[in-house]
Amino acid sequence: MVKMTENTGDPREKIIICRCNDVTQKEIEDLIDRGITDIEEIKRLTRIGMGPCQGRTCIPLVISIIARKTGKKPDEIPVPATRVPVRPVMMGVLAGEMGDDDEE
Amino acid sequence: MKSEAKTVIIGGGIIGLSIAYNLAKLSESDVVVLEKGYLGNGSTFRCGTGIRQQFGDEANIRMMKRSVEIWEGLKEELGHDVEFTQSGYLFLLYDEEELESFKKNVRLQNKFGVPSRIITPEEAREIVPLLNTDGVIGAAWNHTDGKANPFKAVFAYAEAAKRLGVEIYEYTEAKGIKVENGGIKAVVTNRGEIKTGRVINAANAWASKINEMAGVPVDIPIHPYKHQGVKTEPIKPGQIEPMVVSFKHGGVYLTQEANQGGVIGGYGLKYGPTYDITPTYEFLRGVSYRFARIIPALKYVNVIRIWGGFYAETPDGNATIGRINEIDEFYIAAGFSGHGFMLAPVVGEALAELIVDGKTNKPLDFYDPYRFERGELRGKAIQMG
Repeated sequence: MVKMTENTGDPREKIIICRCNDVTQKEIEDLIDRGITDIEEIKRLTRIGMGPCQGRTCIPLVISIIARKTGKKPDEIPVPATRVPVRPVMMGVLAGEMGDDDEE
Repeated sequence: MKSEAKTVIIGGGIIGLSIAYNLAKLSESDVVVLEKGYLGNGSTFRCGTGIRQQFGDEANIRMMKRSVEIWEGLKEELGHDVEFTQSGYLFLLYDEEELESFKKNVRLQNKFGVPSRIITPEEAREIVPLLNTDGVIGAAWNHTDGKANPFKAVFAYAEAAKRLGVEIYEYTEAKGIKVENGGIKAVVTNRGEIKTGRVINAANAWASKINEMAGVPVDIPIHPYKHQGVKTEPIKPGQIEPMVVSFKHGGVYLTQEANQGGVIGGYGLKYGPTYDITPTYEFLRGVSYRFARIIPALKYVNVIRIWGGFYAETPDGNATIGRINEIDEFYIAAGFSGHGFMLAPVVGEALAELIVDGKTNKPLDFYDPYRFERGELRGKAIQMG
């Protein structure tokens, strides 16, 4: 995937915050350093929280990074909206087509 | 926050930001953009990412031809990658009537230099190997259509506009517009008042509210309809490169994101007018069923998320762009009916030319905000989703 920042050898480039979309601590901190501190914007620019885990791993970590860097309390940082399906579901199941008629 | 600006643009989506950037590019950089949430959150970030020139009328074809030219150079122009890729648009056609109407469109598109053509089902399968072509008798294909990343495009326009001196205020909502003797005096926001003589309504789904604030005396029907999008887990890149569209299956469209590999798309299920964008189970089931009709292998792919967004619709499915004569220096660029993202580069350019030079060579007359009052609706724009 296309990275928001160049590789520089900074150790934070090796700390993965979002395992679904391969986003590092440095990418998130660079955005915050540029003034982008809104979790909704960080989410859309880096795609944290938008992969198969739907934010279960990364969102708490990102909230703690934002809190540390901006001085806000973690509970002042809103959690992005969660939506259905809460866990990944196969399209064929949703379409009702995973039964016998599928064997054609 | 500035207390005075020559121009105030209401709406920090890609349309407002493109207008701001293009005004600044023409040396009109005393511009403030007001966004009531964060940039792009209204409709841009919720869009289906497609960019196409395959329309059925001259104005949209010409506008999109120019827009694609701009999209092609946007990374260099704005200094940030917007992930524009010309992976094409493929319209699947299932009967003679549909085929004839797309043949007619292709002739018109070719006349204006868009290299679209009608291809066979076999050729369509060469482009998208996983395609189910049962019942397909042909397809309309244009390889210069494509897609881009809405998140990065908004970011790129905003950064480029700021470099030229534009000020952008997020979480700043227009609450009122002061008009005296037919001229604009100020925009009132939740964070104070900005004196200005010019307002551009780029609020799309909320445009009618802004018109009301200014007392625009023209009937410009723009209503918000909820549409939804879906995204699957990543699959091997390059499987579904173009945007694949089928009107037979309820206006379904789908494509694979170039860098991420997930399949995204939607179909013509809409609710409204409404300002509610809660996703629905009805959509989740309906879109899964339709995707499986077009690409059967998607049955085995997990859906990871769905989301809602607005089509700010007008009665003929075309935007309203232009000057409101009764209020000096009040402009509108809204009601994009699902086409705002793809049109944004050319709309920004055209409106900035109209404002700064007093004229533009783009066919903005087609989007005349007064056409509804005059009862001169345009042919319905080709619309999906």
